[in-house]
This record gives sequence, structure tokens and C-alpha cells, in this order.
Amino acid sequence: MMPQTFAQKALARAAGLDFVEVGQVVDARPDIVLSHDNTAAIRRIWREFGQERVAIPDRIAITLDHAVPAPTTKHAQNHAEIRQFVQEQGIRHFFEVGRGICHQVLSEEALVLPGQVILGADSHTTHFGWLGAFGAGIGRSEVATLWATGELWLRVPESMKIVLDGELPPGVTAKDFALRVIGDLGADGGLYMSVEFHGSGIAAMSLESRMVLPNMMAEFGAKNAWIGADEKTVAYLERRLGDYGIKRLGDAGGNANPPISQSLNLSISQSLFPDPDASYASEHHYRAADLETYIACPHSVDKVVPLSAVAGTRVQQAFLGTCTNGRLEDLAAAAEVIRGKRVAPGVRFLVIPASSEVLKAALAQGYIQDFVEAGAVIGVPGCGPCMGNHMGIPAPGEVIISSANRNFRGRMGTADSEIYLANPAVVAAAAVAGVIVDPREIGE
Amino acid sequence: MHITGRAWKYGDNVNTDVIFPGKYTYTITERAEIARHALEDLDPTFAAAVQPGDVIVGGRNFGCGSSREQAATCLVYNGVGAVIAESISRIFYRNALNNGLLAIVCPAAAQAIQQGERVAIDTERHVIACAAGEFAFPPLSASVMGIVAAGGLVEYVKARLATP
Repeated sequence: MMPQTFAQKALARAAGLDFVEVGQVVDARPDIVLSHDNTAAIRRIWREFGQERVAIPDRIAITLDHAVPAPTTKHAQNHAEIRQFVQEQGIRHFFEVGRGICHQVLSEEALVLPGQVILGADSHTTHFGWLGAFGAGIGRSEVATLWATGELWLRVPESMKIVLDGELPPGVTAKDFALRVIGDLGADGGLYMSVEFHGSGIAAMSLESRMVLPNMMAEFGAKNAWIGADEKTVAYLERRLGDYGIKRLGDAGGNANPPISQSLNLSISQSLFPDPDASYASEHHYRAADLETYIACPHSVDKVVPLSAVAGTRVQQAFLGTCTNGRLEDLAAAAEVIRGKRVAPGVRFLVIPASSEVLKAALAQGYIQDFVEAGAVIGVPGCGPCMGNHMGIPAPGEVIISSANRNFRGRMGTADSEIYLANPAVVAAAAVAGVIVDPREIGE
Repeated sequence: MHITGRAWKYGDNVNTDVIFPGKYTYTITERAEIARHALEDLDPTFAAAVQPGDVIVGGRNFGCGSSREQAATCLVYNGVGAVIAESISRIFYRNALNNGLLAIVCPAAAQAIQQGERVAIDTERHVIACAAGEFAFPPLSASVMGIVAAGGLVEYVKARLATP
């Protein structure tokens, strides 16, 4: 059989075929279909099909995360419609306001396993590549179609390979690597591609750091992105399935579920790894030692410069959070910078953990104490001000430094504001200094 | 399918936030209101002046960013006939076709067409005509063209569900 990429193997499995060619259009049956605050709108579309029941209730996952807690009556009504849908359709995988951001929550709950396919009405569904799954963003009509039929047409994408050799230097993070790649190749550098990450630099990364890479590939135009599952991934998922899985399966009243370890092994042993001689549209090699700390400048994520090029830029708001950089290690890096210091006068520092679990762990570690003592504002786990829905909206003319993934004009709710994207330590350093600065230059 | 209208030309990386701002995504549901906010942060003159059949012309990576379907539907609700671009972001591309909005990747035409000029699209001959001449574009697959012809994915699936 011809050597295959990860995307070929994952979509062949989801389409029930032995082999698929690049460019082939297949009817894929995703393992999980994700939606969030947009679920009420999807329900209105789905109702046009005239069905009483969705076809795949157990494969639907819904989180409330984009505007939580509800900032207006309309938002509250939107959430209420979603809860009603969840109840009437018996959706088991529903996560309430405050549980966290969909991609983080579904990862913590191990709802997606290596080799599986998740399609979501959220562009950052590429995220699930961190654990060796195929994740792609789709539209609302497509989610409605999946609820009704369980399947959707997908074109098998070309693949590109990005290789990172060696360990990242201190102060240089997965976010910096992602920004460097997007800066080098452009916001459309991975358009329609399945982006595979390979190399010792990826293997050396913590799981939380790995999560950043497929997540950020949404800003690269990618269809999906992939990192191979290894012992670290499996250990994480097994622990998570232990925490949540048994309870979750029990909740359903099911009795014939395979043992947890067996179901996980099954997924791994489907060997959804690309063949060594698979064919790639392009390959890009990076040496970790050559990378530094980068910033994406307004208003495009590919306007990437070394931090030093924009050092001294004044900011009025610093935002630490999102599905890209709102995890425990991100909060740890920021707390390290800000501990014992104060947020600069004239600056607001917003810290929003990606999930309730991250919040709990950050409390236990003392990071939340560090932030509050420094004068930061702690928000409810969720997407926060990333997309300008509520809370933390900048005033016209203001400059924001953010650990998020997108800096389009108006992204945070105000067209006449500027967003710089950076890693968590840089965000915290800017909060303390009032200007963009290398975290190492923040005095003791 | 024949589409004729004026060109509204924009640059590279026209993203979903400038096409339809995220702050409206969970509160605005009426078609007319969605239409009114189209391209709000890119071209505030657009929504009031656009005519049915008009064509949006973009550079590279048109529609990048969010998966929000209103980025496509806000154009549909304004009667936009097609989007022509040098390249189109994948989720926007799907959302457009899934809502019956023709999305055409044709770098030569996207570069040649000038702001405000008349553009005619013939989907049977797969050509775009403008002042600079005629430009061929690759046909859509039969199944995807079926979705566009049905008026979008929802209509297409409805018909499929009705015929077991």
C-alpha cells in the first residue's frame, strides 16, 4: 500500500475506508462534534430538518465558554436555549458556565483520543492535534448536518511537515515557535494543509506546550495539525480517563463499555502515525537554539518580529488566558515574573484560567495569590475578552498585549485598538512595566 | 448560473472579524440586522451601498480566522453574488458554499478586476468576465455544486433526508 500521511489514515478510518487519496472527498463520521455558545443558533438550523431527535447524541459535546457568565439578557437567553436542547436531547457531554474553554475542557475530560476525528464549530478545533487526533473547524450548518446525519464531506488534505530539532532555549516557548513559523510562512502558509509536527524539540515539550502548536495552526490556515501521541500523552489520557472516564461512562447507565485501558490501547494501536516515507507538499526545519521570543504586531498574526523590535511600546491592558495560553504552565510563567511586584499604574492585567481545573491548580500553587497581590483581575474560566464578546473590551486608541491567538482589527470588540500577541511571561512583564519588555529585564 | 454585478475589491487576509465582528455573534439573529453589519470594520460604506449580484473580490487568504458562519451569511443576506479571491480560507470557503454563495479561487481574475467595475460570472462555462478579459476557473465538484445549486447545505440535506 502507498505510504500515507496522518490525515489520510485518520480520514480513512473516519470514512470506514481502507485507503484514501489526497484530494479525495470522503463522507467522514467524526467521533466527537463540538459546539459552544453557538449551539442555540445551530439548533435553529437543525430544526429545519424536522427531526425529533439528533442522530448522534453521545457524540455531541457542548461547552458554554464564549460569553460566560452571561453579560446581557440576550446572552442569557442564548445559554438557556442551549440548556433546554441539552436536556431534551439527553446530551451527556455538556459543560456549564465556568468549567472552561471547550478545547481545554474536552482535553481534560479525555473526550477525544489519538487517531480520532473531532469536528467543531470553532476554528481552533485544530487544537486536538496535540494528542494525535484529527481536529478541524467547520461551520454551524455543518454541525447541524452532523447532528442530523452523523457524517460530513471532507477533502483529504495535502500535508506539510514542520520539524523542530533540539530543546527550546530558556524564555522561548511553544508560542514563540508557532509565531516564528507563521511569521516566516505567512497567515496562509498552511492553507488547507494538514500540518504535522515532528522532531526532538516537539518530543521534549510538555503536553501543555504541545497544545499551543496545533491550536495556533488555525492562524496558519491549516485544516488540522498533528503531534504524535507518545508515552506522555498516553499517561495523561489514562489518568484523565481514570478521573472522568469511568464516571462519565457510568453516568450513561451503559454496561458494555470496554475497559478504559483497552479502549485507549485500541486507539493507539490503530497506529495513526504517518508512514516514514509519506509524501509532503513541503518540509520546514527549525533548530530550537536559533529561536527567540517573538511578538505578533497589529493587525495580523503573521506580522511577527523579535521582542526587541517593539520593546518600549506602551500598553494599557495585558491579557493572560485563552485556549492558546491559559493553562497552568502559562500562569506559572506569568506568576514567576509578577511575584512580589505590582501591575504598573494605568495598566489592567486580566488573568483568565482556561478551565476550572487550571484555576484550582493555580490556587493550590499560589499563583492566583501572586496575581491578586500584584493587582491583577481574575476572570471566570472561559474565552474572556479574546473575541470581544464581553468583559475586558479595550477603549478606542488603547494597546493590548495578549497571550491569545488572534490580533485582527476589532477582534477584542473595538476596531480602533491594537493587539500585540506574545507568550505568557512577556504579557506579565508588560503588565508590570507598562511597556513591552523582555521578562528578564524585570528587576528582582 | 449567471451572476452580474459591481466589484467590491479588498486586499489580502480579509478576516472574519472585519467581515462580521465577534461581538455580535450570539446576540444578533435577524437576517436584516446581520446584513447591516457586513464588513463593518473594513468598509463602513459597504452594507448601505451593496446591490444584489455584486461581487466581493479579495486577495490571498480571504475569510481567514473564525468559523463563524455569519461571515458568509452576512454577504448572502446582502445579495452578494459571489466571492472571487486569490485564495480563500477553508472554513469560510465551506461556509460560503454551504450557504449557496459561490466562492471562486481565481488569482488572475482577482488581480485583474478593478474596484467598482462590472463583473459577470458564468458557472456553466466556468469563466469570469471583466474589463481585462475573460478568466477561466476550475469547476466545483459535482457534489459541491449540488449543494450550491440546492441553495445551500441545509436545503441539500433536507432533500436527502426526505428521500430514503
